[in-house]
Amino acid sequence: MSSKTDPSARTMTLVVNGDERELPQGLTVAGLLEALELVPGTVVVERNREIVPREAHAEVTLAEGDQLELVHFVGGG
Amino acid sequence: MSERTQTETPLAGTDRPLEMGGREFTSRLILGTGKYRDNETMMAALRASGTEMVTVAVRRVDLDRSSDEAILNHLDPDEFFLLANTAGCYTADEAIRYARLARAAGFNEWIKLEVIGDEATLLPDVQATLEAAKVLCDEGFKVMAYTNDDLISALRLEDAGCVSVMPLASPIGSGLGLINPFYIREIKSRLSVPVIVDAGVGTASDACLTMEQGVDGLLMNTAVAVADDPIAMADAMRLATRAGRLAWLAGRMPRREVAVPSSPTTGMLD
Repeated sequence: MSSKTDPSARTMTLVVNGDERELPQGLTVAGLLEALELVPGTVVVERNREIVPREAHAEVTLAEGDQLELVHFVGGG
Repeated sequence: MSERTQTETPLAGTDRPLEMGGREFTSRLILGTGKYRDNETMMAALRASGTEMVTVAVRRVDLDRSSDEAILNHLDPDEFFLLANTAGCYTADEAIRYARLARAAGFNEWIKLEVIGDEATLLPDVQATLEAAKVLCDEGFKVMAYTNDDLISALRLEDAGCVSVMPLASPIGSGLGLINPFYIREIKSRLSVPVIVDAGVGTASDACLTMEQGVDGLLMNTAVAVADDPIAMADAMRLATRAGRLAWLAGRMPRREVAVPSSPTTGMLD
């Protein structure tokens, strides 16, 4: 991920699925999924306990300290 | 397998489709997708079972890519109707949160609501389930509620607007079969929405016996997934579910505690 980040750009700390991650400031939800190499159509994103609808992924800009949950469907009964 | 499924439909047309939440299902068997040894076996088992609806769970994406958990890499949502669950939730708020996340995945507004009350038995917290059911039904979810084999709870869940009430046969993953047929029959006789028995079926005879109580369908996972041959067990469950359903529709003979000969008692030789 660091290779994609301009070293001069400022970063922010996000908590993604319980773990802190340093990511570029100004990142959108869509940008986050791209940075994590996730297929956007299969992941549901919750930001600070609120679901970010898929159609808003490109517009919602993340901020320092945001708590993100990225979930998907797995096998279950 | 598929050829066999197509040709072997005894008394086709005897049964009506299962109508639930504005949809029709030909198969009365719903299968879970957990605990299979691999995805290939799971897909073959799902197809052998004849199911049209499968349950899935909502979990965090594994960002370290240490496992290939994304079920939609293997399961085509056009082939099987996805029923997301709230498995693992212990409070109403938690279950509501999971249900909303599941709906945001964009497939449908159906949810298998389960709120567990106790870790050892995995028995449902019926009060919390009812609380969550009310909220989710108001939000337009089609709620299939996992519950105890208790008539009053079942009635309350129906009143809350659930599209199906799903009492257990016995505890989740126990394979103990149908513990209280009387309570299941009582629930079925009093509810208008479909009654799907969820959890506890261990083998084909359990499935058949449960369907013979007149319920509308079955939901199971472990019995198929952990069988030595899950594909054969899925086929057995398909047959047993159908056999039990047909036997119930056919109407069983009365039980008598005396023998009654089947052959004429007259015309015997001197």
